[in-house]
Amino acid sequence: MTATAPELLTGLTEIVDEICGSATAEKVTLDATFDDDLQIDSLTMVEVVVACEEKFGVRIPDEALENLKTVGDAVTFISDAGVAA
Amino acid sequence: MRAAGLRGIGAHRPANRVDNTEISVRLDSSDEWIRDRSGIVTRGIAGPDETVVEMAVSAGGKALAAAGVDPADIGLVMVATCTLTHAIPGASGRVGARLGLRNAGALDLGAACAGFSYGLSLAADTVRCGTADNVLVIGSEKFSDILDPYDRSTAFLFGDGAGAAVVGVADVDGISPPVWCHDGDQADILQTVGNPPILRMEGQAVYRWATTTLPGLARAACERAGVEIGDLAALVPHQANLRITDSLVRALKLPEHIVVARDVVDSGNTSAASIPLALSRLLEAGEVRRGDQVLLLGFGAGLTAAGQVVRCP
Repeated sequence: MTATAPELLTGLTEIVDEICGSATAEKVTLDATFDDDLQIDSLTMVEVVVACEEKFGVRIPDEALENLKTVGDAVTFISDAGVAA
Repeated sequence: MRAAGLRGIGAHRPANRVDNTEISVRLDSSDEWIRDRSGIVTRGIAGPDETVVEMAVSAGGKALAAAGVDPADIGLVMVATCTLTHAIPGASGRVGARLGLRNAGALDLGAACAGFSYGLSLAADTVRCGTADNVLVIGSEKFSDILDPYDRSTAFLFGDGAGAAVVGVADVDGISPPVWCHDGDQADILQTVGNPPILRMEGQAVYRWATTTLPGLARAACERAGVEIGDLAALVPHQANLRITDSLVRALKLPEHIVVARDVVDSGNTSAASIPLALSRLLEAGEVRRGDQVLLLGFGAGLTAAGQVVRCP
């Protein structure tokens, strides 16, 4: 069974909460951009990605990072990578 | 087998300090942008006469003085550097000549930012085996020679300087066996290109490797040394970027009583020089004392890394 988009969004929000704090986590929506809306810079983005890899059991290569502009991009990438629920 | 330990530390910090404002003009950025990404506020930039060799001589001489060791009693000098702009000759022969190390062998050491940690380990084994009674280990770097001042990944990050240590016979062993590792499959994420060489770095990839490798390396190094993390007096990781240090501190859930070296704030990333520079600053400030146990973690281009626990001289 594959995790649904809402489940992935919830998981991602938990990760953002842990790394960036609750004020940032409250701004997480599918349309939110990591850099402008969430103020997550390139190095913090690496921490978010590593946490996603651990939580969802997927591999997100460095080359993919630049295409993950929004939270929705990340949800789609993880979903397409076939994460198990 | 004999025991080996640190006998003295020396540092050379260039007098010329360059702050973020000056650098940020060329990068279309700002002091705040640089601080956010690195924690760096200022760094030493060597003058024309402060070559890799001259800075090594300065730091090495201070380490000899601090240790109270006569230059003639040094059996081997190792200079760790990755910023010579030529391959031949290496720095160590000239450093040995300038310091009057007339009974010493001389060799240069690579391993980039991990060079000092590897050097300490080899020096300790050299002393333990009886090959030499005293070894002078120096890290000396002049990054300003190989930086592209317009590269937003590197121009603000690196600085110049040198640090050194005398390793000699001790009553109690003060340099633990190292834990080391490498990941050559990712070697090209931190490399020089062209001639003369210019440094290029894929910052996110290096950050990922460092932050995912270091916590395990730190725990393994303590375990091999037979030391609980909570028994450390200080953590002195290679001063690559304050963000990497802070991430490591979080991952290790480091107890607050352990001093964390943050010399990168004032020195930038000085590669092989950063660990002895940071350790000397803690000693000068009285934040660590003789006999205190300190975890050193070297990591960088190669990719290669090494960690060990040492006792302060």
